[in-house]
Amino acid sequence: MSIEFRAPPGSVTALFGPSGSGKSTVLRAIAGLHRSDDALVACGGQRWTDTAAGAFLPAHCRPVGFVFQDYALFPHLTVREQLALAIGHRPRGERAARIEALLALARLEGLAGRKPAALSGGEQQRVALARALARDPSVLLLDEPFAAVDWALRESLRHELATLRRQVSLTVVMVTHDFDDVAKLASHLVVIERGSVSAAGTVADLTSRNAVPGLGGAREPAVALDAHVVAQDPARRLTHLVAGELRLEVPAVPGPVGTVVRIQIGAREVILASRRPEGLSLHNILDARVLAVEPGGHDALRLVHLAVGDARLLSLVTVDAVRMLGLDRGAPVLALVKAVAVEAFA
Amino acid sequence: MDWTALTLSIRLGLLTVVLLVPLAFVLARWLAFGRFRGRGFVEALVALPLILPPTVLGYYLLVAFGRASPLGQAFEAALGHPLVFSFEGLLLASLLVNLPFAVQPMQNALAAIPPNLRDAARCCGLSPLAAIRRVELPLALPGIATAAVLTFAHTLGEFGVVLMVGGSIPGETRTIAIAIYDRVQAFDEASAGVMALVLLTLSLLALGITNTLARRMVHRH
Repeated sequence: MSIEFRAPPGSVTALFGPSGSGKSTVLRAIAGLHRSDDALVACGGQRWTDTAAGAFLPAHCRPVGFVFQDYALFPHLTVREQLALAIGHRPRGERAARIEALLALARLEGLAGRKPAALSGGEQQRVALARALARDPSVLLLDEPFAAVDWALRESLRHELATLRRQVSLTVVMVTHDFDDVAKLASHLVVIERGSVSAAGTVADLTSRNAVPGLGGAREPAVALDAHVVAQDPARRLTHLVAGELRLEVPAVPGPVGTVVRIQIGAREVILASRRPEGLSLHNILDARVLAVEPGGHDALRLVHLAVGDARLLSLVTVDAVRMLGLDRGAPVLALVKAVAVEAFA
Repeated sequence: MDWTALTLSIRLGLLTVVLLVPLAFVLARWLAFGRFRGRGFVEALVALPLILPPTVLGYYLLVAFGRASPLGQAFEAALGHPLVFSFEGLLLASLLVNLPFAVQPMQNALAAIPPNLRDAARCCGLSPLAAIRRVELPLALPGIATAAVLTFAHTLGEFGVVLMVGGSIPGETRTIAIAIYDRVQAFDEASAGVMALVLLTLSLLALGITNTLARRMVHRH
């Protein structure tokens, strides 16, 4: 296994790959739970593991928070006791205040006296998150955080985590085999296949170039990027979002101006036009330029890479449309995006 | 009813529990979590007293504790009397004979702790010792209690090894199990019957407690 990557401070870095690719081992190595013969783990200039220098900081001395796949809550302790245990020795008043703050953060106030067996799956995960945050970790490590819950709960837990990220500034490293986690939560992506890194970069860059290996047909090409709210239009029930030079109107997304929203635009949802259309139920008409045209996974289809200022989009069209519109490299074209085709996640 | 024998048995049982359970916990933890070659051999060694005839075990202990052995000589030099046929010798034999009863329940209880919980303890900043105290001990408590009860009950009932190593010296090595045998030999069936009833009651009580604890352990996981 040979894996090397850097998680920028404040980022959410997803280690993405099939089961058995070695991504969980990487997470355990960061936490100091796994010792390998040749490893270097450094955080903020401090070397936690450096086999070349013979350095190894024991797991309990590393400022990490770890959320295990099955949460690993202590069955004999109440929620409050789990948090107290993780907070460790502090003056009594300070410790109590910290516990209350964590309970509030994870919305666990009414559950402080319960043991894990008396909690639902979602509540257990919130406890696991609060416990992982108890020591003010430099890095939060999440091992398949949503694998153990059903689809509906998974989506609401993703929202929890996104909300939490807005309240606590954290560097997160997350292991997942579900690209939805990557598309909705991660800023950076490291694709791991058969024990080595097959691609790494920002999620926006990799998805907009359709350059995530291993997805092979499992998912339609879609661009995932961060936008922020620039205006709310309650009368029309629309929200104006901006990502670089990409300006979009989308169905109302809650949140004040400045709120960061993760958006996804599927290549199938982007229509190309040579002239400005009229009389359509359409909100977003974007001036774009063709960057490249590549095979679209089917004989009759082409994936068109577009630049909208500094932002990029993908459009899946027929070979016939490419010929009809003259979509050559560098050609100007209008990208039409329905407001409802923009999947916003906040 | 031989009260001296009964109190001697109880004293031997309690001392065995107090000394053996902590030692056996260390051994049980090593067997449950340690990664080393020859684990099977160590486990077999620990389990040996379960299947070895008490007379065979007693014979070897007698040899090991005898005045000709280094252990016997060292003990005699330290305390001024021989190890064999003394309470201390009996206690030492009891510790060895009870090893499987103390180690196995604790080893099982520790092995039943999900590995993630021990990892989580470390990621919560607990040192190895703190992790034992705050996570492993509480989770293995039913196993520890089972070990203590089984060890106590088995000490009360042990006959063969006690007879071999301790003889039957009143107040020193004559336990209640030996006393029952002596009473039967002397055709004093009334005394033997009372003492047998006491042992029977204590044994049933012990089994009742261990079964309850075992059930509780199953419910916890």
